Amino acid sequence: MTAFRKGWRPVSAIILLFLLWEAASLLFEVPSWLLPSPSQIWQEGIAGWPDYRYHLWSTIRLTIVGFSIGTIIGIAVAICLHLLPKLRDTLYPLMILSQNVPIIVLAPLLVIWFGFGVLPKLIVITLVCFFPIAVAAMDGFKQTDADLMHYMKMAGATKGQIFRKLEWPFALPALFSGLKISATYSVMGAVISEWLGAKQGIGVYMTLASSSFRTDRVFVAIFLIMALCLIFFAFIILLERWTVRWKTKGAKNNG
Amino acid sequence: MASLSLINICKSFGDKKVLKDLSFSIDHAEFVSIVGPSGSGKSTLFHLIGGLLQPDNGEIRMESSLINGKRGAISYMPQSSSLLPWRTILENVMLGEELLGKKDEQGALEMIAKAGLSGYEHAYPDQLSGGMKQRAAFIRSMLSPQSLICLDEPFSALDEFTRLEMQQWLLSIWEEHKRSILFVTHNIEEALYLSDRIIVLSSRPAQVKAVFTIPFARPRRESIVLTEDFLRWKKKIYNELRGMI
Repeated sequence: MTAFRKGWRPVSAIILLFLLWEAASLLFEVPSWLLPSPSQIWQEGIAGWPDYRYHLWSTIRLTIVGFSIGTIIGIAVAICLHLLPKLRDTLYPLMILSQNVPIIVLAPLLVIWFGFGVLPKLIVITLVCFFPIAVAAMDGFKQTDADLMHYMKMAGATKGQIFRKLEWPFALPALFSGLKISATYSVMGAVISEWLGAKQGIGVYMTLASSSFRTDRVFVAIFLIMALCLIFFAFIILLERWTVRWKTKGAKNNG
Repeated sequence: MASLSLINICKSFGDKKVLKDLSFSIDHAEFVSIVGPSGSGKSTLFHLIGGLLQPDNGEIRMESSLINGKRGAISYMPQSSSLLPWRTILENVMLGEELLGKKDEQGALEMIAKAGLSGYEHAYPDQLSGGMKQRAAFIRSMLSPQSLICLDEPFSALDEFTRLEMQQWLLSIWEEHKRSILFVTHNIEEALYLSDRIIVLSSRPAQVKAVFTIPFARPRRESIVLTEDFLRWKKKIYNELRGMI
């Protein structure tokens, strides 16, 4: 009920946008290779399902694997750099630099080095995923409540206990912010990596569609990517609610 | 052998002397309060006893072993309740035990019931009032296996009513499970009501200025706060403190 009350505004905005779009393409008779109307895109989306099904599935798989690797590396990097401050001072600037290399430039290089297999694609996704996660987790560790930290030290907790029992749970909400950003990035990363040269994937479907002026299919691909992003995002939110439920539970009773 | 003894403790930060030749001891099952003007180095004292800091000079002994710079030798209750917000009350009160080894869920549940927190075992700290949180924090320190509990102005953030209630509650629990307690407070009345002994610290550098042994019989009733005797004691300690301000 609350979801409906909050959700009707954006949903009606989207519907209105589609209506305007549909009306405009009818009114101005825009050729469909230039800008197809929403109804044409919808038809292609349904009719083309057997054609792009495999592409979609392949992208989903690639995204999940890449996102998982990116998450693991991101968290591992955050933990290492947090526990070893000297290493952090040394490597943090490098980490930022790694994000300044344009993926579009890096991707062809990765293909030269690692071929057309799955490895360069996973590297691309990992590269875009790990950074938001690592930064968010490190910030979370650093912001650990000073009073709680003081208590843990006075109570005789070891460094490992402080990390496991205090810093890690404390950083979880921050970590989830990073995961949400990365979840959407990972879909983009997967599509970009498929442009490099792949046999299947939404990225491939998109390139094929645009080079044959099937603009309706390009839009189908765009909407598929959006839907994938949303689904991943929603999944992370569910995971967050389940993991840090103490937060919602406590807040609810506080008014 | 005393439970805790500090012998000629000196500590300075840079050229600022905070503690100078500080010596006192706490006997087994004794309730000792420390009062002093603010900034008299009480938190430094706790950091030394807790092992977060090393004294420049002197010895801190627990029973007979030296605990200079050694962590985990005392059980601690801070000013803010410092309960972990993602743990339930039951999980929180067992934290002290957990850090040093064994957990005793049965004992913890019994203690929670005695503290009047039954029904909140599986609640999160955010669902509790300030006084209840402090109760949970105190149970946590009672359940920790160390023989000495250090309380750092535990009731200073509470309103007057809750504070009075908490003092009575603390006494009732303590009189049942005698432990050695080192209690730091700004409140003379609180110190008088609770303690066996009151140590008055001087302002910086902190030294023991006076020690008072409080003769009120136990178990103590709340009503002693209004007796002539109590007021006389209050004046005495107040005058001792006023000399420094």
